[in-house]
Amino acid sequence: MKEKLIQRYNAAERINHWIVAVCFMLLAISGLAFFYPAFFWLTGVFGTPQLARIIHPFVGVLMFLAFLRQFFRYWHHNLIDKEDVKWMKSVGQVMKGNEVGDIGRYNGGQKAMFWAMCGCLLLLICTGVIAWRPYFALYFPIPLIRLALLVHAASALALIASIIVHVYAALWVQGTIRAMVEGVVSHAWAKKHHPRWYREMTEKKP
Amino acid sequence: MALQSLDIQRRSATPTATPQARGPEEVAKLIDVTTCIGCKACQVACSEWNDLREEVGINHGVYDNPIDLSAEAWTVMRFTEHEEGDKLEWLIRKDGCMHCSEPGCLKACPSPGAIIQYKNGIVDFHEENCIGCGYCISGCPFNVPRINKVDNKAYKCSLCSDRVAVGQEPACVKTCPTGAIQFGSKEDMKELASTRITDLKSRGYENAGLYDPEGVGGTHVMYVLHHADRPELYANLPKDPAISTTVKLWKGVLKPLATLGIAAAGLFGFFHYITVGPNRPDEDHEEEVRS
Repeated sequence: MKEKLIQRYNAAERINHWIVAVCFMLLAISGLAFFYPAFFWLTGVFGTPQLARIIHPFVGVLMFLAFLRQFFRYWHHNLIDKEDVKWMKSVGQVMKGNEVGDIGRYNGGQKAMFWAMCGCLLLLICTGVIAWRPYFALYFPIPLIRLALLVHAASALALIASIIVHVYAALWVQGTIRAMVEGVVSHAWAKKHHPRWYREMTEKKP
Repeated sequence: MALQSLDIQRRSATPTATPQARGPEEVAKLIDVTTCIGCKACQVACSEWNDLREEVGINHGVYDNPIDLSAEAWTVMRFTEHEEGDKLEWLIRKDGCMHCSEPGCLKACPSPGAIIQYKNGIVDFHEENCIGCGYCISGCPFNVPRINKVDNKAYKCSLCSDRVAVGQEPACVKTCPTGAIQFGSKEDMKELASTRITDLKSRGYENAGLYDPEGVGGTHVMYVLHHADRPELYANLPKDPAISTTVKLWKGVLKPLATLGIAAAGLFGFFHYITVGPNRPDEDHEEEVRS
């Protein structure tokens, strides 16, 4: 019997996602190298330490632009409603694998993750530009650059921790990775994790 | 510059200890602002010895020339016209790296060995390890390091560490015609300063004193000032310099906090998976869909 599948992400969306993901990995590795002296050797991801310093911000801009595209794709799917609040309040149950609420395309956790990423990306691009040498930093006063460096590191670390949760959630909820690799999910997956979205998708195209 | 015979006290971005067995004497440069005539011989000597040639700029209408420190001008004289009562005072301060005991540049630097503090107190940039991020500029409470436009690496006064290493005084000290710049052990320089301060006080400068700010653990370039109570008169010499709280948070508490956060996220995922197990669509979901 052929498995019934629903398209969740089209090719353009998947490419967009993986551009952001690869940029993130490169930025996180080189960024951690600049943050932790013991991990300075990770600058090797871009060849040499100085090359890492030069390339990191350009990759950052690419990630921001690619993420901006994602923002305009998904923001309207991520407005938080009553079902999401219910989900967030029962997150303990959800963690045990028991779904809560009549979830649409995204659940409360995914929506919170979306907005956390948006917040981090916005902070990262602003502070990154302020601290960017030799092009922009010289136009800003030193106390502002200090603050930018602190906020840049803090928001980057918050984003790294968030992405660990994001990746884990995708691994934990089996059948999710497929949505971002092949673009499809099974009916069973949709029905269990996103029942309202499942109904919308199946009723529209019977 | 690298490869010299000075013992290392501290090394940027290096959490492990440097060799500690030997403890050479701390040195210091004493700049007596009250006997400086503003001839700029020190600027020229610095440029000569360190082979630096700042671009010839324009006249800004003041004596300061060049107008600011740069990667090719490691020391500049800053001239201030100050009215004290009905008296005009021409305050001239030779600006440059202060060689702090607690160097903000070194604390901020992410590149191992790009900034070195020698046991004698000299803080030196080793440009071959510099990646050009400019964190040292943010770390410095005195606004001293400058990035060179040609190689995008940071430069500043080395206190002629290469000369000091072979028992010579820094070039600016050697050339100063009035003896306003002196060099020796930090202890000797403090003693010399105290005789100068006694003299100044006897001549009516009640607030004469030594500038060796505690906030950065003391410095290895010290000033004798006529108005030690108001160092900001001397072209904004900071009254109580210290490494900025922002930099301390960034290079201090944020690190363990971040380690904790990232480790917590990772460990949570691991233990969650091996205890709760993966979240698969239930049998009945599969059945319903199939039917």
